[in-house]
Amino acid sequence: METALSVVVGCLFAVALYLLLSKHIIRMLLGVVLLGNAVNILIFTAGRVASVAPPLVPKGAEMPLSAVANPLPQALILTAIVISFSFFAFLLVLAYRAYQDLGTDDTDQMRVAEPENDGLPPLGY
Amino acid sequence: MRTIIFRFTAPYLTALMLLFSIFVLLRGHNEPGGGFIGGLIAASAFAIYGIACGVAPVRRALYFHPMAIAAAGLCFAVAAGIVSIFAGTGFMTGLWVFPKIFGTEVALSTPMLFDIGVYLVVVGGISAIALALEERESD
Amino acid sequence: MADSSDIAILKAEAMVHGAFAPSDYLVIAPVALCFLFGAVLLMLRKRVDWHPFIAIPGFALLLAADLLLLRKVASSGPQTMMMGHWKPPFGIAFTVDMLGALFVTTAGFVAFAAAIYATGSMSRTERRYGFFPFMFLMMGGVSGAFLTGDVFNLYVWFEVLLIGSFGLLVLGSKHEQLDGATKYCFLNLVATTLFLITTGYLYGLFGTLNMADIADKAGRFENDGALLTIAVLYLVAFGMKAAAFPLNFWLPASYHTPRFVVSALFAGLLTKVGVYALIRVLLMLFPQQHADLATLIAWVATLTMLVGAFGALAQSDLRRLLNYFVIAGIGTIFAGLAIGGAGGEAGSAMARAAQAATAGATGAAATGAAAAITPLLPGSSGLVIGLSGATFYALHSIVVMTALYLAAGMAARIAGTASLRSMGGLWRSQPALAALMLVFLFAVSGLPPFSGFWPKYILVRGTFQAGLPWLGAAILVTGFLMTIASARVFALAFWRNAPEAEAAGSDEAFGFQPAGKPSPVLSMLPLILLALFVVAAGIAPQWLADMTDTAARGIVDPAAYVGSVFGGGS
Repeated sequence: METALSVVVGCLFAVALYLLLSKHIIRMLLGVVLLGNAVNILIFTAGRVASVAPPLVPKGAEMPLSAVANPLPQALILTAIVISFSFFAFLLVLAYRAYQDLGTDDTDQMRVAEPENDGLPPLGY
Repeated sequence: MRTIIFRFTAPYLTALMLLFSIFVLLRGHNEPGGGFIGGLIAASAFAIYGIACGVAPVRRALYFHPMAIAAAGLCFAVAAGIVSIFAGTGFMTGLWVFPKIFGTEVALSTPMLFDIGVYLVVVGGISAIALALEERESD
Repeated sequence: MADSSDIAILKAEAMVHGAFAPSDYLVIAPVALCFLFGAVLLMLRKRVDWHPFIAIPGFALLLAADLLLLRKVASSGPQTMMMGHWKPPFGIAFTVDMLGALFVTTAGFVAFAAAIYATGSMSRTERRYGFFPFMFLMMGGVSGAFLTGDVFNLYVWFEVLLIGSFGLLVLGSKHEQLDGATKYCFLNLVATTLFLITTGYLYGLFGTLNMADIADKAGRFENDGALLTIAVLYLVAFGMKAAAFPLNFWLPASYHTPRFVVSALFAGLLTKVGVYALIRVLLMLFPQQHADLATLIAWVATLTMLVGAFGALAQSDLRRLLNYFVIAGIGTIFAGLAIGGAGGEAGSAMARAAQAATAGATGAAATGAAAAITPLLPGSSGLVIGLSGATFYALHSIVVMTALYLAAGMAARIAGTASLRSMGGLWRSQPALAALMLVFLFAVSGLPPFSGFWPKYILVRGTFQAGLPWLGAAILVTGFLMTIASARVFALAFWRNAPEAEAAGSDEAFGFQPAGKPSPVLSMLPLILLALFVVAAGIAPQWLADMTDTAARGIVDPAAYVGSVFGGGS
């Protein structure tokens, strides 16, 4: 199971990196989403995939009645999902604003903050 | 979105989703559910209402600015942690009280307060972003 | 499975016992204060006039809590607070040692100064869009990152401070802000994702994310290759956050675009959080891997310093020049992290215990020589000297970079532009500002008698002692080049007469509001505050060197840190 998941993680990383290398912000956004999901599966795999029972304590009991899945990676992944979701939402708004205001989603043409021919500072006075 | 069917059903759908989100929030302590997922359901309810009827009615219905709601949630969450200073235990220790309200024992706890805080943060934050995006689409 | 008595025992073993004194809450106070004040200010978004009157006492309270925490750590060693009363390593630990306390106090200090400055320079609209709440959110993230004792929690605080910094970065939504913010956001997100990936591997390997627990286990770990992989990945992730050389391009692309106050906070704090995380994770958790990587770090440090210094020389915009000063400072800090690993006493591959013993032995053997050579740090090993110098430099850099951006902001507002081509004549019109700027420029170049001199002195001595003279030479060459760049700033913007009014049409682009006159008191007061630190640390460096030495020893030998977490937990 871990081997299969590792292959999935590797494929997701490859696709995500390919998309992140693009010049267009919308593809980079998709890459960020895929990267986030790849990491989540990675953490899940790192926590070992052993049991299928959910780590819940049934009513009336004080501890799980059978062997359960490792709950910690699930907690970590939940946190990571929350964070990557909110970042995606923010980046979506930001990219949209940038596209509207700068008129391009090509990072090569985003040269407002770093103008191309800025020239040297005065070398004497 | 100008379809009559959608505009007619959206308010009912929103109300139903809000109710469901509170159910999910309160169920969260011992079973799957909780503040985050409840908040997401509530935020998508507002987003649907916004798509159907425009952003201004949603803002009127919310009354408070979404970011103010998120801030109130943050206050709740921090308060849930700080309460334990009065009990002389570590930050964020779960504390429980079981008062009888109308003859029924109700379990109130700091984890629940924290969950409500998370719920409000998510409702506020995600609605703010969703409404901002919907506002841009219309103009 | 288990009967009720077993369960009672299990529960008893999982929870911390013993009461907490209210003073234990100091560990968590900086974070809680930031969120509380940020939330209250966000709820009062319609009453922007009240914001400064709530925010400044809030930051003063934050600074007070930081100072009390520092005093407590200095007097009774590392402090730990377990979240939710769970026993380590099950619960999330907030552990603060000398290093964390020093960083968090300095951060609180510059935030306080920047808040006063912002009161005088932020418009009502910007306050309405949440300048102070976002600043509190960012400070909450920064403080949390300095205080936490859990690797995953560190990742969460990184994200919190990133969210806060995103909000501050796009405040005002000018064209170049959106441009800079896009690059900043994407690259920082990739860096934190890499951090998360590595944390996933770390969890898979150790089964725990508590730093004290890992520090305890890493020395006995067999699988060297896997640990080295993790160490390298952390180096890349934190190097990217800290803007070390091959991964520094997001910084000069974005740091000059927001308001000056925001730039000042970013330049002072955000890169140093990356440095702090690198010290905490690489040096404390993986000392042996750090020793293996020390040569690489030395090269990264050299190239970062030179890129920063040459970049600064090539810029004609005051803020973009300061961006490169930040990078040069990061290079200098990295140089300190390379000492003691490469070719030095602790360089050979040794297990943790052996290394600690050797460090002690070489320290004892070199006491005579070291006491004569490094008067600030008598009797320390190479590793401690390097780390101590790096910490000292990082604290100096937090203060002086914030101060430089704030001073530059005031100068640019008075001159109406931030371009060195058209600034000038400020010495005549603003002698006090010019004098303060001169102090900060001296300090950032590492000239005595200001705070930049001593850490550089420690670091250069350390490199020569550790057999890395070329690294020491790089520090000195960088200092020389930065002196030239600083001299150019002072000569062009302050010393010469104002040039014939060149087209000053870039006002809009730089986001100035010529109508609003800056309030002189609110702008000068924070600069004077920061200058006090720069002068105090320059004239009497021993108190600070003592504290950074304690901090460095705590990292090299984390027994006290581990003991604070596991020794009862309260």
